[in-house]
Amino acid sequence: MTLSALSRVTVGALAVCLIGLVLAVDLARSGAPDLFTAPPAIALGSGQAPTGAHCTAQ
Amino acid sequence: MFPRRAFVTLLVLAFLVFTFAMAGPRAGLLVAIGIGFGLVLEGLRFGFAGPWRLIVAERDGRGLLAQFLAIALVASVAFPLLAAHGGELSPAHAPVGLGMILGAFVFGAAMQLVMGCGSGTLINAGSGNLVGLIALLGFIGGSFAGSLHLGWWTGLASLPVLSMQGVFGANGGLFATLAGLAALAALVIWRAAPGKRLPPARLWWAATLIAALALANLVVAGQPWGIVYGLGLWGAKIAQAGGADLAVSGFWANPGNAERLDASILTDVTSLTNIGLLLGAFAVMRWRSDPGAPARALTARSYALVLLAGLVLGYSARMAFGCNVGAFFSGISTGSLHGWVWLAAAFAGSTLGLKLRPLVLRPAAQLTGAPA
Repeated sequence: MTLSALSRVTVGALAVCLIGLVLAVDLARSGAPDLFTAPPAIALGSGQAPTGAHCTAQ
Repeated sequence: MFPRRAFVTLLVLAFLVFTFAMAGPRAGLLVAIGIGFGLVLEGLRFGFAGPWRLIVAERDGRGLLAQFLAIALVASVAFPLLAAHGGELSPAHAPVGLGMILGAFVFGAAMQLVMGCGSGTLINAGSGNLVGLIALLGFIGGSFAGSLHLGWWTGLASLPVLSMQGVFGANGGLFATLAGLAALAALVIWRAAPGKRLPPARLWWAATLIAALALANLVVAGQPWGIVYGLGLWGAKIAQAGGADLAVSGFWANPGNAERLDASILTDVTSLTNIGLLLGAFAVMRWRSDPGAPARALTARSYALVLLAGLVLGYSARMAFGCNVGAFFSGISTGSLHGWVWLAAAFAGSTLGLKLRPLVLRPAAQLTGAPA
């Protein structure tokens, strides 16, 4: 099968599989998140400083 | 048709529940917001790279005006929110520097070669565009590689972080931002051809929904919408899995980034919205009765060049402190001066990229002599 024969559905499914692969690699290395340290549902009003990283991070 | 739609709906909902159960309510909400971005961007065909091409190539300013509208809507709410809740919410501020300007210029050019920016690459991949999927692979590798050299680029020459709030105050900064956007909108309307000046209803809706989702992102995550960091993090995770020691990297040794590297991707804000965005685009494609014809086949050389352009796209986005979303959209809407400089440099690069595009994206049939 050549690349040109791939339908949109196949390519979209491959993209979803790529996400699945990244998640699997991550889960194997970092393990599952600790729910007991999960932040409040909404940052606004939580009283906590933001801890996430952004594209503007250095 | 129904089972297909039901299946893809269940798939998206299952991931939402999985994230909620694994990483808590904030993670679940961020995936939901990301899915919302994907639904709007793909379903209402709201993009960043396309309108930048249209204003130059066809004097069509409608998409660009919709972008400015969305940014203005976000700024109108984000500026007061950031002023009142600075301890809980952070803006997308970054320094202006030589490396940042060069990165934005190169990003603008590469964006036109792969026909998508940061969000566009995810949307294109999720909606089944092979160029988008190949570019996404390159973007992941490129943004990781860019993170390894970011210290060198920022060391070239750089101003301190400057913001509209810092220069004009919170209210004055918002006024200056809205005035700047209005001036750009007037320029676009003047430049656009008759009949291609005012956005159709679809784009008004899209701009409003994108603005609402971006504000939801800010309120839930405590930081503005972004794309690049998450993709670079995925690259770093894959490199680590391959045996790379990132403790020697200045960027990844930084405590905040090292924490992200050790923690699950399901706790990373931009990763969560990125995943949701791709899933949302995939869902729109599968919900359609006809997913559409596959993207036109290209030569093997063109696919290789798309991969290279994706690498450059990711690398330059890291140099520029973000892509159309993190630097342009979120930067300007939260008062960063670097967002405005990014816009000027990336637009210049985009114009160059449009000239290069026919040389890179060559249809397979054109070279083999088959009928068009």
